[in-house]
Amino acid sequence: MKRSGALLLFPLAVLLSGCDLVVLAPAGDVAVQQRDLLVVSTLLMLLIIVPVMALTVLFAWRYRQSSTTATYAPDWDHSTKLELVIWAAPLLVIICLGALTWLGTHLLDPYRRIDRIEPGQPVTQLHKPLRVQVVALDWKWLFIYPDYGIASVNELAAPVNQPIDFRITSSTVMNSFYIPALAGQIYAMPAMETKLHAVINRPGTYTGFSANYSGAGFSGMRFAFHGFSDQAFDQWVAQIKGAQATLSRDSYLQLERPSENEPVRHFASVDPDLYGAILNLCVERGKMCMNEMMSIDARGGLGLAGVRNTLPLQYDKLARRGAVFGNDPSYVASICTAEEAAAASRAASDADAKYWPARDLSPLRGAGLLGPGTGSRRADAETPSLGLLRFEL
Amino acid sequence: MPETLTKFIFGRLTLESLPLHEPIVVGTFIVVALGGLAVLGAITYFRLWTYLWREWFTSVDHKKIGVMYMALGLVMLLRGFSDAIMMRLQQAIAFNGSEGYLNAHHYDQIFTAHGVIMIFFVAMPFVTGLMNFVVPLQIGARDVSFPFLNNFSFWMTVGGAILVMASLFVGEFARTGWLAYPPLSGIGYSPDVGVDYYIWALQVAGVGTTLSGINLICTIIKMRAPGMTMMRMPVFTWTSLCTNVLIVASFPVLTAVLTLLALDRYVGTNFFTNDFGGNPMMYVNLIWIWGHPEVYILILPLFGVFSEVTSTFSGKRLFGYTSMVYATIVITILSYLVWLHHFFTMGSGASVNSFFGITTMIISIPTGAKMFNWLFTMYRGRIRFELPMMWTVAFMLTFVVGGMTGVLLAVPPADFVLHNSLFLIAHFHNVIIGGVLFGLFAGIAYWWPKAFGFKLDPFWGKVSFWCWVVGFWFAFMPLYILGLMGVTRRMRVFDDPSLQIWFVIAAFGAVLIACGIAAFLVQIFVSIRKRAELVDVTGDPWDGRTLEWSTSSPPPAYNFAFTPVIRDNDAWWDMKKAGYRRPLSGFKPIHMPSNTGTGVILAAFSVALGFGLIWYMWWLAALSFVCLIATAIGHTFNYHRDFDIPAAEVAQTEETRTTLLAAQG
Amino acid sequence: MASTATTAGAEPVFHLEEEHAHAEGGSTMLGFWLYLMSDCLVFAMLFAAYGVLGGNYAAGPAPKDLFDLGLVAVNTTLLLLSSITYGFAMLTMDKGRVAATQAWLAVTMLFGLGFLSIELNEFAHMIREGATPQRSAFLSSFFTLVGTHGLHVTFGIVWMVTLMMQVARYGLVEANRRRLMCLSMFWHFLDVVWIGVFTFVYLMGMLR
Repeated sequence: MKRSGALLLFPLAVLLSGCDLVVLAPAGDVAVQQRDLLVVSTLLMLLIIVPVMALTVLFAWRYRQSSTTATYAPDWDHSTKLELVIWAAPLLVIICLGALTWLGTHLLDPYRRIDRIEPGQPVTQLHKPLRVQVVALDWKWLFIYPDYGIASVNELAAPVNQPIDFRITSSTVMNSFYIPALAGQIYAMPAMETKLHAVINRPGTYTGFSANYSGAGFSGMRFAFHGFSDQAFDQWVAQIKGAQATLSRDSYLQLERPSENEPVRHFASVDPDLYGAILNLCVERGKMCMNEMMSIDARGGLGLAGVRNTLPLQYDKLARRGAVFGNDPSYVASICTAEEAAAASRAASDADAKYWPARDLSPLRGAGLLGPGTGSRRADAETPSLGLLRFEL
Repeated sequence: MPETLTKFIFGRLTLESLPLHEPIVVGTFIVVALGGLAVLGAITYFRLWTYLWREWFTSVDHKKIGVMYMALGLVMLLRGFSDAIMMRLQQAIAFNGSEGYLNAHHYDQIFTAHGVIMIFFVAMPFVTGLMNFVVPLQIGARDVSFPFLNNFSFWMTVGGAILVMASLFVGEFARTGWLAYPPLSGIGYSPDVGVDYYIWALQVAGVGTTLSGINLICTIIKMRAPGMTMMRMPVFTWTSLCTNVLIVASFPVLTAVLTLLALDRYVGTNFFTNDFGGNPMMYVNLIWIWGHPEVYILILPLFGVFSEVTSTFSGKRLFGYTSMVYATIVITILSYLVWLHHFFTMGSGASVNSFFGITTMIISIPTGAKMFNWLFTMYRGRIRFELPMMWTVAFMLTFVVGGMTGVLLAVPPADFVLHNSLFLIAHFHNVIIGGVLFGLFAGIAYWWPKAFGFKLDPFWGKVSFWCWVVGFWFAFMPLYILGLMGVTRRMRVFDDPSLQIWFVIAAFGAVLIACGIAAFLVQIFVSIRKRAELVDVTGDPWDGRTLEWSTSSPPPAYNFAFTPVIRDNDAWWDMKKAGYRRPLSGFKPIHMPSNTGTGVILAAFSVALGFGLIWYMWWLAALSFVCLIATAIGHTFNYHRDFDIPAAEVAQTEETRTTLLAAQG
Repeated sequence: MASTATTAGAEPVFHLEEEHAHAEGGSTMLGFWLYLMSDCLVFAMLFAAYGVLGGNYAAGPAPKDLFDLGLVAVNTTLLLLSSITYGFAMLTMDKGRVAATQAWLAVTMLFGLGFLSIELNEFAHMIREGATPQRSAFLSSFFTLVGTHGLHVTFGIVWMVTLMMQVARYGLVEANRRRLMCLSMFWHFLDVVWIGVFTFVYLMGMLR
């Protein structure tokens, strides 16, 4: 029995050794912690799954009809002690798992700035985060590096051991931004911004893709993510700065048109207001930006005067927009110029920066969470990490 | 102006709408058409039309409606599985620059159709059919509370299925994934008829499902035999009650959200659009408020089946009946508090995510308790490993794995790395196949003799069992591994050749499952051929415990000659122990509902209405809507909807059974 | 003495000797309640949609630019009165007075029609001004919520006409009483929903 099991497992082991289980062996610290949580949760649950499976097989065998030795108690249907055990055992596991979930979810909240580069190496003032603005297009990825004024399509790079601060949006439909080796995914949604904070610890080239189906070209919506050493990253930036193409509002509108399996493209310079305009769905000139619209709405709208403030849509990404009984395709016209809108957008992102200070190293407070340095007064004052918490549970 | 006229008559339906350029679809169409013609020809040849119309289509008998639901589920299983195996084949070959054999236009429809069909037109009809057939028998009732409504509900479900099937040959189906998230499913990004087919098929079928849910709740609350208190109801009836509560409390949400999507698409409103203040995230929330209870709608009745089967084949009372019932109720309530775990990655914030993660985990406590209850029902039993019990043990071993991966996905940070991956696909197939489908096969094998008076052939049943179980592990374990390799769902082509081997193994598993389905069909065919050999005249082939086994197989139209009186939750077991003897005289006339064709007609108008709306044939939509309302109103002018079965006829039916039982000795 | 057992006495009873008739339509009230609750959920979703989108004017008009509370108050009064007159119809039905029942039903219907015409007038006015359902998410959810209620009222009126014909033809038989009872629940339910609409959409909208 045992031998045949081993025989069966052998080819499986060979197969597994040949493949790259990237989720279980990632190269970024966030993904590593997520992996840890995954493994710990699995082990916790196995505490109950394995006995159940064993008992199933055991009882099925022991109490088979042909067995002559087994007890038969046809009217035995209740035992308070057993009931207590069968409700308490899963409950205990779930209490542990629930605590782990609460802590893990808060510590690994993608919106929270990371506080360590890798175990034992906290983020300090010296670590300047790399800011990347990510736009999911039909069907390719646009990465804008506001600190360098450059952009790339379907190619992303970051220096190793430097925090990365992603701001993610989409131009049309929902996608999910996912680099398994780096960190968990987060949706990319039009007119909305999601955030992801991560760090890559090992140099190398990894795969990133959209993890949420977005239409015909979805399968080809993949990109390479390079973890570079500092020099290699500077070289890469220099290479892009030497590229011919630049990204303005107009060339963005060209780029935005649906296309599949796009090759890597580099843009030596980027309109600094472009990302804000993409996020607020107002790259087309004359279209009212979402943030402007929202602030008008918060003040009670524009009244009946604003009701006809719509213009027919001249350009459209796809063949048709507008319903059979609806109006012709249209949009809300901007009441200020594109430059004014961009200024408003900048002001909004400044306010956002105040809300999310550039480097938030204050300890995360919450029930059961350890602040850095509390608990153990070691010199290296390890920041809370899942590995640490695991032992204290 | 002929062009305007054509446009008026056919809306946006043109010759180009027929997918004549897609050889695979044309081939499928020819096969389906030939098969359909053969079936229609055979029915005509054997002059079965009148029989089918009178005895089945217009029948308000819950047993016949139950059987028709099962037949619908089986037919749609073949369609849904064809989609599955096409996907498996595509993913197994689309490597090293190969595009596979399906283009995106076709492939994206296939995975959408697979999901929609398997959930709405396979699992739902199977589950509803089983509840319809079994529940009134288990509670000692003659029929459901609203027999006509039952017939109507069934035909509405068929109507939805017809629309989905029509999309295969006329136009196309949605290319959005089975939940049709906007903005992708909005008119801007899906201007074709696909999403409209999706919307109207689900709306038509959804009406049927909601009404059937109301009907079964009323039946269980109001029609129980004397003596059957709530805590004496068989567990299957309990789980059915909870399921139908879930149906009534969740399907209206689906109806509402799909209506809003339809308004966006037809009228140009801005519920889920990007511009003009719409909010696509609201759709995702609303549809999962329906969607999560839906998975419990599917699994709960099967938990009931496993309870009945385990208890019967262990020859033992169900362990922990009370905790079983409370576990079911707890699951019912909790299933409304977990919907957000389907989109942790939307960025709701850590506290919201962990709240929904933890509520999800809490569901595993009552589910775990149920698992232990089945275990301790087997403990000190005398387990007969007939087919239903084999499916149950396979379920217990398979489902725990699916449950474990499910809890894993409920941990938000773990979900961030596994969301939308093939790990997720493996997880929900693990619980849906390992739980729902295995349970359905257990239920079919268990209640088949009750429905038809002969058992299913065990040999082919075992062939089907092993093909399914082994095939399942081969088909989905590779997907768990692929998920851990970071492979996401709904991919059409791959560039990493090291993945291919796993897809090939999964495709092999799918082929095994195909053999399992084939063996199941052979089993039915062989059993019908050998029905004389497999016959059961006792009406109680498994030494059953609940009321349905006390009447004949198949049961007479009136189910029970006398309304039974219940003293115990294993009512029939109790009766057998106490030396119950069948009454042989004193029969009274029995009041029964009459058959009616109105349900078929109403559903037909609904399909026409849906078709008209899908293709913008406004005259057809308006006309069928007026006819629909007129027929419904006309139906209410019929005040004579029932009749009496004369006492003499009851006596004769019972006499026949007495003779049969005596002949058996 | 219900079983056919030879020895009477301690023998347990396993079936009823007499036909155990479930009263015709015995489940109808429960069934109709359940239907109403499912309908209530549809409205709950529309209210939720309005709650989420009600402030998204897309730089267009807001409730205070559009609503005429006086008109809505008249409308609300009409619908509340129709509930009272339906109550009178039920009272006369209990006394078996066909003509009076029909008369009260007719009055109820007139109130219902009055409500509908005012509502349609309000919609027409808004659309003429350009505040169409397509203009903003707020208007989409407003028209859908209020319009769905209006459709229900329309359906209730069609149903009422049908029932009046049936009462005229067959009298106040048991089946018709049951149907009138169902319509009564439906009508009062619409009233309750309208109170929600009135408060949540109109009153609170004016306060925004």
